[in-house]
Amino acid sequence: MMELVTLVGIIALQSVALLVALLITVSLLIYFDRKVWAAVMMRRGPNVVGPWGILQSFADLLKFVFKEVVIPDSANKGVFIIAPIVTAVLALAAWAVIPLNEGWAIADINVGVLYLFALSSLGVYGVIMGGWASNSKYPFLAALRSAAQMVSYEVSIGFVIITVLLCAGSLNLSEIVLSQKTGLGTMLGLPNSFLDWYWLPLLPMCVIFFISALAETNRPPFDLVEAESELVAGHMVEYSSTPYLLFMLGEYVAITLMCAMTTILFLGGWLPIIDVPILAWVPGVVWFVIKLVFVFFRFAMVKTIVPRYRYDQLMRLGWKVFLPVSLFWVALTAGVLVSMGWLPQ
Amino acid sequence: MAATLFFYLFAALSVASAVMVISARNPVHSVLFLILCFFNAAGLFILMGAEFLAMILVVVYVGAVAVLFLFVVMMLDVDFVKLREGMANYLPVGGVIGLIVMVELALVFGTWTISPDALKAAGAPAPAAGVSNTAALGEILYTKYVYWFQASGLVLLVAMVGAIVLTLRHKEGVKRQNIAEQVARTPATAIEIRNVEPGQGL
Repeated sequence: MMELVTLVGIIALQSVALLVALLITVSLLIYFDRKVWAAVMMRRGPNVVGPWGILQSFADLLKFVFKEVVIPDSANKGVFIIAPIVTAVLALAAWAVIPLNEGWAIADINVGVLYLFALSSLGVYGVIMGGWASNSKYPFLAALRSAAQMVSYEVSIGFVIITVLLCAGSLNLSEIVLSQKTGLGTMLGLPNSFLDWYWLPLLPMCVIFFISALAETNRPPFDLVEAESELVAGHMVEYSSTPYLLFMLGEYVAITLMCAMTTILFLGGWLPIIDVPILAWVPGVVWFVIKLVFVFFRFAMVKTIVPRYRYDQLMRLGWKVFLPVSLFWVALTAGVLVSMGWLPQ
Repeated sequence: MAATLFFYLFAALSVASAVMVISARNPVHSVLFLILCFFNAAGLFILMGAEFLAMILVVVYVGAVAVLFLFVVMMLDVDFVKLREGMANYLPVGGVIGLIVMVELALVFGTWTISPDALKAAGAPAPAAGVSNTAALGEILYTKYVYWFQASGLVLLVAMVGAIVLTLRHKEGVKRQNIAEQVARTPATAIEIRNVEPGQGL
């Protein structure tokens, strides 16, 4: 009994520590996102609250929390309130299995990748529930759009994950990272380096995963769910105050999660870039965060550079381009692994 | 201790949400309760040590099937007042059918005997130590049952082709985009430069 209590206590403390670190990171990433966006447009971006405006996200948080919660009269109240909570909780819960360093996962489960895939595919519910419960025209259209969009891109994400699993031979996230210690770089004479990571042999899959991640998290150029010129703010039109904040938070945590997934699947997780003494001494978690911020920087740049897709173009890209290409690449990877005898185990 | 606690939590919640699926007035609420039910079933799978099945249940049923379900139900224009109107008329017939099914089920379950072999095989057959659940399932599915597996895949493929054939309509007069054609356009093929005389036009 006592052991159980201590075990639960330790897990609870670990979870709180992870959540605090994660939320602070996300608030800084939001600031970073806005700064990158501003820099590309040759603006200054947030620069008033705190040194260089670094506390802007915290000021926004306080502003949202102290506003009045407005619930529309015709809204379906229960679902209306649950929707943003579902979005935020699902996005945060997925972080339980992310290994930030060797052995630094709260739950190092055998089916880690599937767990992440399952939770990221549930992100659509927040949007659908919020859009439907608002009982209003634009949110409802956003809900319908997101349902089709996110289901379409999950298919190609699934195939990309399968190619990585074929190479790694495990669904455990830590083992996927460790399997990237040897690979193409070792054959080329640069063992345990960035050439070993899966981004190089699976480069087309890495690109497809990145683009699908943009679509899955409703980031520009695939933000048709909240396209302001057509749908005002999509599923969030009727939301204000803390529920709106939860939607925003859930969205950014999901984006950060996708960056972490890219890092783990393709960029070698916590592994150093080259195995030389000084770089190898840097703690793994620092490498992880550096790679995560790098991927997030790509997300931010795409947001600033690429114009929004039209809806039929989005569907064409998902079903007619990504699905056949990723399916072909699964077959190709499996064939190469079997014929060359490179299958793990 | 904790496992028992969680078992009763998941079991009670899944039964309760299953009841809510059929008793909720609003069909969208019914689908949401169905999703809750799936979730709790996934929790029960995890307690049995079948983590792969649990995750697949969430990915396939909650992540894809229920989304489309919700999509369709949300689009339905259901008039709730009208729905409740005929209740009294249909109650006797519905009640009789329900009673007959109840009696039949009672007859079946009353004479049900479980073979002792099956009873022995129950109790969560765990794969051998060191083999993960996923690998064990894959080994049995792709060796012993590979033909059945392929056959079920073919059945699904035929169903999919059938659904597409039934619903695909090529409308006349719809402008379609050929992306390759558009990308291949060059200034030479797309632009014509004319020298227009003032006051004359083309």
